[in-house]
Amino acid sequence: MTSFLVRRILGAIVILILISLITFYLFYALPRDPARAFCGKICRPETLTLIRHNLGMDEPLFVQYWHWLSGIFMGREFTQFGACPAPCLGYSFATQEPVFSAIVDRFPVTLSLTLGASVVILSFGILTGMLAAWKVGQPLDKIASSTSVIGASLQIYFVGPLVVFAVVDTLGLLPRPSYVPFTEDPLTWFVHLLIPWVVLSIIFTANYTRMTRSQMLEQLAEDYVRTARAKGMSGRSVFFRFAWRGAMIPIITIFGVDLATLLGGAIITEQTFTLHGIGELAVRAVQNTDLPMLLGVTVVGAAAIVFLNIVVDVLYAFIDPRVRLS
Amino acid sequence: MTFPSSTTAETGSDAVDTVAAAAAGSSAAVVGRSPGQLMWRRFRRDRTGLISAAIVLAFFLIALLAPVIAWAYGKDPYTPYGGNQPGLLNQYGYPILPNGGISGDFWFGLEPGLGRDVFTQLVYGIRTSLSIALIVTVLSTFIGVTMGITSGYVGGKTDYVIGRVIDTLLSFPSQLFLIVLVPVVEVALVQPDQETPAWLRYVSICIVLTVLGWATIARLLRAQVLSLREREFIEAARVTGASPGRVIFKELLPNLWTPIIIQATLALPLYVGAEAGLGFLGAGMTEPTPDWGRMFQVGANVYHSDVTYLLFPGVSMLIFVIAFNLLGDSIRDAFDPKTKR
Repeated sequence: MTSFLVRRILGAIVILILISLITFYLFYALPRDPARAFCGKICRPETLTLIRHNLGMDEPLFVQYWHWLSGIFMGREFTQFGACPAPCLGYSFATQEPVFSAIVDRFPVTLSLTLGASVVILSFGILTGMLAAWKVGQPLDKIASSTSVIGASLQIYFVGPLVVFAVVDTLGLLPRPSYVPFTEDPLTWFVHLLIPWVVLSIIFTANYTRMTRSQMLEQLAEDYVRTARAKGMSGRSVFFRFAWRGAMIPIITIFGVDLATLLGGAIITEQTFTLHGIGELAVRAVQNTDLPMLLGVTVVGAAAIVFLNIVVDVLYAFIDPRVRLS
Repeated sequence: MTFPSSTTAETGSDAVDTVAAAAAGSSAAVVGRSPGQLMWRRFRRDRTGLISAAIVLAFFLIALLAPVIAWAYGKDPYTPYGGNQPGLLNQYGYPILPNGGISGDFWFGLEPGLGRDVFTQLVYGIRTSLSIALIVTVLSTFIGVTMGITSGYVGGKTDYVIGRVIDTLLSFPSQLFLIVLVPVVEVALVQPDQETPAWLRYVSICIVLTVLGWATIARLLRAQVLSLREREFIEAARVTGASPGRVIFKELLPNLWTPIIIQATLALPLYVGAEAGLGFLGAGMTEPTPDWGRMFQVGANVYHSDVTYLLFPGVSMLIFVIAFNLLGDSIRDAFDPKTKR
């Protein structure tokens, strides 16, 4: 177990370094010079050189990358901005704030969006899927299959505005989606994020219903279920105490992938509902050619994906004792 | 959108007749059939599959015949009709007529702001987006298949390197990278002093989607090749002295067509969505080229006052993606009747 974890984490770190290297080098292909943007409209060559020096942009690329990388662990000192304590991802060119704190500021928005949606999707999906398996061949079964096809084909930037138009503009039932910190007022937080959660769950829930159902049916056909039944266990106990555990294993895998998609896909969701999360930060960074911000967001996003995969693998071993992590 | 349904109804009933006739004929004598023929026979019997195939075909025809449609309809997607003709847009730039300005002249209404014709915008936008999705599907499938087979068949260090490249690509936050890479590729292709031509964005989007897209199919094919490689018939071919080229093209590839086609049908709607996502985020095709995805961006800005505009790109894309997904399912069933859905 420990050696597995160590190996996976080392592999993850290699991938993260590769991704940050690629992003770092790619961005230097962009035509706009960040130092120029700092310099303003009337820019004397000496000022430009000074700014370049202050930003550390007059050094070779590899040295710059090294400074960035070591800054994460040891912090950095900028002539332009002053100290940047570890973990330092640099200073944003556009907003001149530390990248790390900008990401930390925005993180609760993206996290609330993703976790809230996950709770809705998982609870509804698994519940209806188990119901469908409990009553095989009945209408719920068929509805789930057809809605999952439609749900998977929907685009969030189409459904999102439609739901906002219907619920907010026309009926006035809910406020326009926005983010209010949970710690400030849980109820307002909940009400303002309800529409994004529901829209995300329209797209994802039916798929979980379908998967849970087919997994449950597969488990119920297994030998151990027959044994339990033969020994006199009631159908309900077998269903709710044994079978669902086996059914959850593939669900967790798919959910790990979907969670990464939700976190990474937060760009479009946040843009649709004008929420100011990490995705919106990324879009702004691209528009402003804000290299440090972009690098930070990319690496944090990739880290989320890579580590979620590891968490899924470990969860696997906890649920299914047959899995040996080697 | 009345024409696809009428065509499909006809095709559907025709097919049922031919299948019935074929079934009657086949009982007389045993005929040998290739896997392709078997697949085709199974597919013809699948009603959902045929209807979705007709809808998908209709979309590709619309894309192909966009200039003809626009000529017959008598408008183009570039002229700001609302600005040129008074009485179409109000002072805020929204159509005066209800429902987004739908009328006999403008079937799908007018674009708020510029006052261009929504119908031709959509037809040409579908042309742009579908052609991008098609090009990317072909390219990424080709690269993915080549890499997957090489990696799985050659093994060793090659496999290790390709495997790590695939791992890295699949760990990228892909949406973010799409919007970052499009301008980067554009710059890489054009000298700073040159003017950026209009087709360049098109090429950049194709390149970026391909670069980020091939890894999925490559990983899948690698696994398939790894398991096929150990089978007796491959070993037999090798023992009898078949060259690697022969083993790959004559022995491996025929066994891989099913997963390749299935993956390609899964990928195309995803690329349509990805291209549209780029357009929605403002990183896709630039004005004035009509684009399916950018219509969502416009729609998202105007829906509070004019929700009709958003419905046309939205509903048409929904119909296309559903039809394509169902078609993919039917093709999968036809290739492998044992698969459970």
